[in-house]
Amino acid sequence: MTNDQPVISLHDVNKVFENGTIALENLNLTVNRSEFISFVGPSGCGKSTLLRIIAGLSNVSSGTLDWYDLSDRQNLAFVFQEPALMPWSTVRDNVKLPLRLAKIPQKEAEKTVDRTLQLVGLENFKRAYPRQLSGGMKMRVSIARALSTNPTMLLLDEPFGALDDITRNKLNDDLLELWSQQRWTVLFVTHNIYEAVYLSTRVIIMAARPGRAIADIKIDVPSPRTEEFRRSFVYSEYCQQVADALSKAMSS
Amino acid sequence: MGTNKTRANFGWQRWLTIDTIAPIAVGLLVLTVWEVSVRVTNTPAYILPTPSLILTTLIRDWGILFPALFTTIKITIAAFMTAVFSGLLISVLMAQSKWIEKSLYPYAIVLQTTPIAAIAPLIIIWLRNNTFAALVLCAWIVALFPIISNTTFGLNSIDANLRDLFRLYGASRWQTLLYLRLPSALPYFLSGLRISGGLALIGAVVAEFVAGTGGANSGIAYQMLIAGYNLQIPRMFAALVMITGLGILIFVALSALSDAILGDWHESSVKRD
Repeated sequence: MTNDQPVISLHDVNKVFENGTIALENLNLTVNRSEFISFVGPSGCGKSTLLRIIAGLSNVSSGTLDWYDLSDRQNLAFVFQEPALMPWSTVRDNVKLPLRLAKIPQKEAEKTVDRTLQLVGLENFKRAYPRQLSGGMKMRVSIARALSTNPTMLLLDEPFGALDDITRNKLNDDLLELWSQQRWTVLFVTHNIYEAVYLSTRVIIMAARPGRAIADIKIDVPSPRTEEFRRSFVYSEYCQQVADALSKAMSS
Repeated sequence: MGTNKTRANFGWQRWLTIDTIAPIAVGLLVLTVWEVSVRVTNTPAYILPTPSLILTTLIRDWGILFPALFTTIKITIAAFMTAVFSGLLISVLMAQSKWIEKSLYPYAIVLQTTPIAAIAPLIIIWLRNNTFAALVLCAWIVALFPIISNTTFGLNSIDANLRDLFRLYGASRWQTLLYLRLPSALPYFLSGLRISGGLALIGAVVAEFVAGTGGANSGIAYQMLIAGYNLQIPRMFAALVMITGLGILIFVALSALSDAILGDWHESSVKRD
């Protein structure tokens, strides 16, 4: 499924905050192209910090972060925990923002926006303002905005954490389907074991204080993954495996 | 949106709510008690005129009072406009660096805490050849601070995720100002406008009082002073009613402007059923 072509590798990455908290300790990680990696762990394990470091929003205290192809770094998109939409702009203008900042010509930008809104199923809400949308729809807008630049790498920081299970499952399926078409490299932070196993090709379990990776589990199930997979024995086996690793992480 | 449509179906009846009936009832009650007690106690008009006398005076003296009020309106508008543009400019400048903000902001506070009645005489002496400019300057000093403090606060109140997003997409300083900071500051700026509008009027009236009878361009406060000297107390009250009315008008107009601009997006203008 993955041809193990590395995109980024981190060597002995440490991150210490100004107040002395060790957010990450000696983290080593190689991310391969088209992998869907989930990071699961208790709060304070540094999973969000790791994503911010990879996105360039935060620096490492020591260690190195290497990109194999700089175009991945430039074609990176980030989806935050909150939808982070501009309340004064319509759905269309929110999705258009990255294109506007990159000074893409108006006509081309409009086309891209229409296409991305169609991908997330919001083509009829172009003129709506964020406050008129439900939580799930706001998240879809946020995802559409991330997709508007046609990224090769997608970083998602607990994007569905605030949503109910039904909405979350629907968005998981949609995300998975898009991923199987576009084959981005995805780094996904979550608290939810079931979500992590369902979506990922690899689940990394992290422990807190200091934040570190303690297990790396490959989910060797080919796509497309469907409702059937969710009900299968293999799925519950994997969930058990991740849960065991996680309880070890919590007790350590 | 939807709520507006259902509201419109009720037509004029939507004005018949507790919001309008209650204050009008209180107002009428106070005016009636005032009218009756003045008449019963035979209080002379030079101590306290009746509301009805104030109203007839207002109509009779309209020809004298309105041109004076118009002068005050001109001063107020000139001071308010200057305050809006200079305040906005200063705020944006301060938003450019912590250094500029830290160096300028204390002086904005100094300007705010200095009593206008105390410095107005100085300003009027310095600008004795141009009373209009002196009065505008006084009113500007009073009206400026709410614009600066509100806009600066707004420019600094940016959603942390949106700030990260702009950084991630390599937004320039100019793009961040234009697409993120100014829109974020807009609700704060507009609420600053509402405060500043009323203060511009107060500043203008106070400055006119200080300028006194020497003022060549005599505003409404000058008419109040003259009326006071001549014991034309009903005319003083009539002038006061005009100033208050103007103040309310300014507030309502700026509130309407704020609602029109924030319209669809801001929580403050969202109506819940």
